[in-house]
Amino acid sequence: MIKAIEYPFTEEKTRGLRVGDTVSLSGRVCTGRDRLHQFLAEGGTCPVSLRDGAMYHCGPVVMQEGGKWVVRAAGPTTSIREEPYMADLIKSLGLRVIVGKGGMGEATRLACRDHGCVYLQTVGGAAALLAACIERVDGVHFLAEFGSTEAMWELHLRDLIAVVTMDARGHSLHRTVQRKTRKALNELLGE
Amino acid sequence: MKKAHWEKNLVELIRRTSTDLPADVEQSIRKGLRREKKGTSAHDFLTMMLENAAMARRDSVPLCQDTGTLTFRFTVPTGFDTNGLASLTRNAVSKATRLGVLRQNTIDSVSGESYVTNVAHAAPVMEFLQGARKTVDARLIMKGGGCENVGRQYSLPESSLDARRDLEGVRRCVLDAVWQAQGRGCSPGVLGVCIGGDRAKGYAHAKEQFLRKVGERSDVKVLARLEERLMRDIRRMEIGPMGLGGKSTALDVKIGALSRLPASFFVSISYMCWAFRRRGVLLGPEGGVHRWLY
Ligand code: SF4
Repeated sequence: MIKAIEYPFTEEKTRGLRVGDTVSLSGRVCTGRDRLHQFLAEGGTCPVSLRDGAMYHCGPVVMQEGGKWVVRAAGPTTSIREEPYMADLIKSLGLRVIVGKGGMGEATRLACRDHGCVYLQTVGGAAALLAACIERVDGVHFLAEFGSTEAMWELHLRDLIAVVTMDARGHSLHRTVQRKTRKALNELLGE
Repeated sequence: MKKAHWEKNLVELIRRTSTDLPADVEQSIRKGLRREKKGTSAHDFLTMMLENAAMARRDSVPLCQDTGTLTFRFTVPTGFDTNGLASLTRNAVSKATRLGVLRQNTIDSVSGESYVTNVAHAAPVMEFLQGARKTVDARLIMKGGGCENVGRQYSLPESSLDARRDLEGVRRCVLDAVWQAQGRGCSPGVLGVCIGGDRAKGYAHAKEQFLRKVGERSDVKVLARLEERLMRDIRRMEIGPMGLGGKSTALDVKIGALSRLPASFFVSISYMCWAFRRRGVLLGPEGGVHRWLY
């Protein structure tokens, strides 16, 4: 069963999710990659409120068509690169949802648990499919400074499908799979 | 050389590569899907990958927003003007970027600035070989950063894996690389492996394996057997699509070998994600299309 969640992503909503749940995400989501995370972590001011908000680790392909921004491709990027910043940003900005791929580390797992945030994994590379879930672009920040890929795009989504892989109870599916597969690897190496 | 023809067809080669997943790759994802149970994230994710491929093809949009490093391999007739071809290719890349077929994806490593056309020193990557045919064989592989980052190179012996300088040692390295990658290379992926060579040529030859079709075995019997053995082993690891568990971890393993120095024994492993973008075309002397490859 798919659980639908919509912006604002209140703590009540996020605490109700468990690892392994498939969710469909709607409403406002902001993109952010390395430049933005570093900027915010070093004390830069966030131009929009991210309280009860979602950060999408994504560098989209955006074109201007007829005076409007149109997203042509918008799959997730590897989240672990933001590990040095994520826990602080969850706390200071009040983020409740992180969308990306590959999962994140211990600091983020604990921050999710302590501050009621969840990590959602989408299909890496499914850029066309995920772009089709973007109803409109509501704004863009740092376009000149960071370039189009690293800019902070304010997107309005409709039914983006993802799986909860880190929940607000301290569970991480990435960690579970890593442990299980480590055992399998050891067996294979023992042969 | 008819400039306009060349440029048009090189842009088309880039467009097809970026938006149209090759049939051999798609088939092997479909085969993987049949092995997964309905309702699992493995089943859901593989289904979404296939939907994404269909949509990208239909709407002519990039399969993945990371349009990757572009590596062209041209095999040209004797006496062909490769400098001219290189400059046409750079123009085609810049045009494909303007058209949104490629993302602005090239960063100056020192200043951090973005090259808006994707053209810079050694970008795109171009390789020229001389062939016996009258046509130009143009092949393009686009490989994103997520999977590039999980590539690995081992120098054998590697005691932590008990990997010695033999094929069993190679097997151990490949299994370790697959485990280390987990889902971060956007599994299910294809492993390109090179045994031997120096560090630079090792990775290059590992990547060359991606020109081979998924499902095709090596002509060298022992390597073909190792490829098959690794496919069986990797399936047992159950890393699954995007690393969330499941049977589809690798679509294929391709192994090549180069000679080496007595003192070195490298195993170089390049990981290609499921969004395996590879296309090719035979172009006539005027730049007209003879035949599309793959
Ligand atoms: S690894 Fe491949 S599918 Fe995944 S984001 Fe990178 S280019 Fe796209």
